[in-house]
Amino acid sequence: MKPAGKTPEKVRHAALVGNPNSGKTTLFNALTGLRHKVANYPGVTVEKKEGRLDLPGGQEITLFDLPGTYSMHPQSPDEFLATEIMLGMSAHTPPPDLVVCAVDATNLERNLYLVTQLIDCHIPVVVALTMVDLARQQGTTVDARTLSRLLGCAVIPVVAHRGEGLDALREAVLNVAPPNGHALPWKLPEELQKEWDRVRDQLRDTYHLSVPAASHEATALLISPELIAQRVDRYDPAFVEQLRKNVQKLDFLGIDRQTAFVESRYAWIRDAVARTVHSPDRVRPSLTDRIDRIVTHRVWGFIIFLAIMALMFQSIFSWAIVPMEWIAGGFEALGQTIGGALPPGDLRDLLVDGALAGVAAVVTFLPQIMFLFFFLGLLEDSGYMARAAFIMDKLMSKVGLHGKSFIPLLGSFACAIPGIMATRTIENPKDRLATILVAPLMSCSARLPVYSLLIAAFIPSTMLFGIVSIQGLTLLSMYLFGMVMALLMAWLFKKTLLRGAPPLFIMELPAYKVPSLKTVLLQVWERALAFLKTAGTIILGVSILLWALASYPKLGDGASNADQLEHSYAGKAGQSIEPLIRPLGFDWKIGIGLISSLLQREAFVSAMATIYNVQSEDGTESELTLQEAMKLDRDPATGELTFTLLTAICLMVYYVLAMQCLSTVAIVRRETNGWKWPAFQIAYMTALAYGVTFLVYRGGLLLGWGT
Amino acid sequence: MPHATLLLNALSPGDTATITGLHGVHGLARQRLLEMGLMQGVRIRFVRRAPLGDPIEVRLMGYSLMLRDNVAGGISVLREGTK
Ligand SMILES: Nc1nc2c(ncn2[C@@H]2O[C@H](COP(=O)(O)OP(=O)(O)OP(=O)(O)O)[C@@H](O)[C@H]2O)c(=O)[nH]1
Ligand SMILES: [Mg+2]
Repeated sequence: MKPAGKTPEKVRHAALVGNPNSGKTTLFNALTGLRHKVANYPGVTVEKKEGRLDLPGGQEITLFDLPGTYSMHPQSPDEFLATEIMLGMSAHTPPPDLVVCAVDATNLERNLYLVTQLIDCHIPVVVALTMVDLARQQGTTVDARTLSRLLGCAVIPVVAHRGEGLDALREAVLNVAPPNGHALPWKLPEELQKEWDRVRDQLRDTYHLSVPAASHEATALLISPELIAQRVDRYDPAFVEQLRKNVQKLDFLGIDRQTAFVESRYAWIRDAVARTVHSPDRVRPSLTDRIDRIVTHRVWGFIIFLAIMALMFQSIFSWAIVPMEWIAGGFEALGQTIGGALPPGDLRDLLVDGALAGVAAVVTFLPQIMFLFFFLGLLEDSGYMARAAFIMDKLMSKVGLHGKSFIPLLGSFACAIPGIMATRTIENPKDRLATILVAPLMSCSARLPVYSLLIAAFIPSTMLFGIVSIQGLTLLSMYLFGMVMALLMAWLFKKTLLRGAPPLFIMELPAYKVPSLKTVLLQVWERALAFLKTAGTIILGVSILLWALASYPKLGDGASNADQLEHSYAGKAGQSIEPLIRPLGFDWKIGIGLISSLLQREAFVSAMATIYNVQSEDGTESELTLQEAMKLDRDPATGELTFTLLTAICLMVYYVLAMQCLSTVAIVRRETNGWKWPAFQIAYMTALAYGVTFLVYRGGLLLGWGT
Repeated sequence: MPHATLLLNALSPGDTATITGLHGVHGLARQRLLEMGLMQGVRIRFVRRAPLGDPIEVRLMGYSLMLRDNVAGGISVLREGTK
């Protein structure tokens, strides 16, 4: 970083910083043409994202989108990351030559706090005033020119999603003013100011910290002298001694250092806001307030939460059926075309019974997955997520966590990976770990095909009270069951392995917005592509492999296909684990499905499709759907049905609780820095899945559901 | 009694007050509350309690914040009135 007062030669790296939910990623996407996730709650972005920003005159620079942070004194992993990068202290990111700070115009006072810290640290900054359209709607105007003069940096109003102000912003980045090195415009108590200057200069001169780092460290040391104890090996004893003495002196003078740093800035900000913001005198009760009266109501709050979930799952079932039939029909036609074009033989079987059947079985569920993401996207972009945290916090406190943990858990309905990433917003490491450990118990979208297949085949499609379908209800219960188990396990972990003080819970509630259809559909599109990619790679591979294992070694010509399957490699593998899974009510064919889905759970569906295609006598495969084939299948030896209602329920319970996802294991390893916790997680989830499924099976048999 | 010194968690929905100090909040929570604008002299409105009684929603500086009852119990306020 350049010393104060010198012009940055050439801007090469810029970082986009700001308060959580202030519109950073929206701006980042507009500037770089990328499509990272945007939603209306604090803590959406939890990693650094990188993009290219074209400046006027043909220059190109790298822009980093960072997690939001309220201040440069971070408390959670995502805030640490953002602070480290903006101070140029990250090992993996080049120090930014300037920062663009997103400042929410509807919430100017609090958003400017971070700006004052950046200026304190002599970091060149350009302020992007976001949400000016919303401010305008509320009748508020911000005088950007005056604010710019007061702050001593460019202030550019933008409406990123409409492209307004972006050119001016680019221009401002190109012409960013070097930090002027002038005295701070806000006043600390005199003695504190002197001590701060002294510590900063010494850190810079003796310890060779950059100006931003030295300024920041000086503030940190003076706010919390307990930091000194952690850093005795970094600083020499004389420095530490002097600092301790001076801190005592400040305390003796009655200066509350922690408060002084904050209050002096806010005093200045209040004055600046008074001079630049013009808002109407009386604000009528906002729409947000009126909505929240119902959504967070004592009774209605929970009813609405459940109703939203019920509606989501019912619609997944009823509305997605038509497009699902189209896809299934399409694949069937494709299979017949390929089947007709090729001579009977292994190649045809491989393509039609193996590859195509496996992939088709999974891809058929694409519409359901898209519906799920559409609904989650609406919830996320409307502002409901933070309300869910508000409603559920008390419940979460019973298991030793807090409302912030609820957001990663809800996010895990989509996929555990973003859910686990989202735990970076949780301050306390033990709470964060507990949330990571239970997140995969929340039913993710990859389980949806498994549940759907089993529900459609074995749960009657009767309606309750004429409106609620039992199938939708069963699906909802699987999701609720996973959620209850996640909370139970979190409680257990917080009581035992991860005991700690009750967590703090301080979280912003953003105003509601009409969700942007574009934002939501973009999410749906991205997730649909990811789903198709899995189907085209892993599922395809597993299907081909499974087909081969199920078709070889070849028995003689007289053998029936059922015999062939039973004596194939796959059949043998299934039979070899049958003793292990018999107590859960599963036979060797289900065993093949379980083995196939060890690394990727939706492979169960493709495995079933492949098995029943291999088994069916040629010429009949198009007549029986997969569901029908599963319903009618009997063990050739005993004549028992492979699947009963109870088996289907047990299988679903097993899939709710079992890990079966390689990507999740990988992400947990990364986020916890080692193999210890993912290994523990696999172990406990497998034990839980096995134990609970066993109990359900035994209980079901006692109740006489086994036939 | 329009003016009374109370703790933030003793206010009722709709009450407005001025913060007089964060005497019962310490460490990281205190740092974060200060940074988010909960300082002496700032006007604050108690908006509502969550359905199960905790946390509470307050409004200050034009934005809404939720915090738990035990934290709010460390913040003293001067009640001004009810809207
Ligand atoms: N009306 C309006 N809405 C905006 C504007 N900028 C962002 N939004 C919305 O504000 C919400 C938050 O935007 P994000 O871009 O995700 O905010 P962020 O700062 O990246 O948030 P975090 O990553 O959580 O820190 C989304 O719902 C956006 O659609 C704007 O200029 N005007
Ligand atoms: Mg973001």
